[in-house]
Amino acid sequence: MSLTKAERTIIVSMWNKVSTQADSIGTEALERLFASYPQTKTYFPHFDLHPGSAQLRAHGSKVVAAVGDAVKSIDNISGALSKLSELHAYILRVDPVNFKLLSHCLLVTLGTRFPADFTAEAHAAWDKFLSVVSSVLTEKYR
Amino acid sequence: MVHFTAEEKSAVTSLWGKVNVEEAGGEALGRLLVVYPWTQRFFDSFGNLSSASAIMGNPKVKAHGKKVLTSFGDAVKNMDNLKGAFAKLSELHCDKLHVDPENFRLLGNVLVIILASHFGREFTPDMQAAWQKLVSGVANALSHKYH
Repeated sequence: MSLTKAERTIIVSMWNKVSTQADSIGTEALERLFASYPQTKTYFPHFDLHPGSAQLRAHGSKVVAAVGDAVKSIDNISGALSKLSELHAYILRVDPVNFKLLSHCLLVTLGTRFPADFTAEAHAAWDKFLSVVSSVLTEKYR
Repeated sequence: MVHFTAEEKSAVTSLWGKVNVEEAGGEALGRLLVVYPWTQRFFDSFGNLSSASAIMGNPKVKAHGKKVLTSFGDAVKNMDNLKGAFAKLSELHCDKLHVDPENFRLLGNVLVIILASHFGREFTPDMQAAWQKLVSGVANALSHKYH
């Protein structure tokens, strides 16, 4: 599955707006993940997961920064996320099902903040893009 | 069986009261067909589904979306007995419509995203969690009679 030119254009142009709220978007997506899918908290026993916690904010920032890296290298997401891919495969080993859950929560967050931009086409492009990112992050799992 | 707390029920019903079912239904079904094009397999008779704008403007999509979401309203009224409320529809989707239950999960998540877009900040993480529980309960209820 690869992104069409039109899809890449949508992602890159929306990213300009999205990046201005990057940190809080990441934090909110994680809060939504933990609220809707409590089993995902099992990967963070070492974190204070209360909404607004410093660790949550720092981690949310990290996650969205990585998404940003993928956007900036949208023609070569595999290359841009290669190190992260290894991290997830050998160290973190987050079960692949969870990438869909986080992707969904990112889409929900984008929808709440950018309703006018989040058209059906944009929704499709973002869903596909996050699906590509998820594939890259799990491609070295076995 | 899924159990909803009083807070979850109240979160769901208060939001549902503000939803324009006709509009949201068309939007939800339309987005399902746009974002997951393989779901178009069930709708060969719907005419022009060749682009996102064709799909979102298609009158058959809108009408059917309204039907589907109106039925979803029954879920909101029967949160304590989703399996009972959807037993007949479950049989229909299995025996007559032959719909893979995975499609119920996809549509449920699209609905959540639409609610998020309509309600913005009001659609808090806790609100979303209650709705995820509901759409997942409905998906399970609709697959319950499959054989």
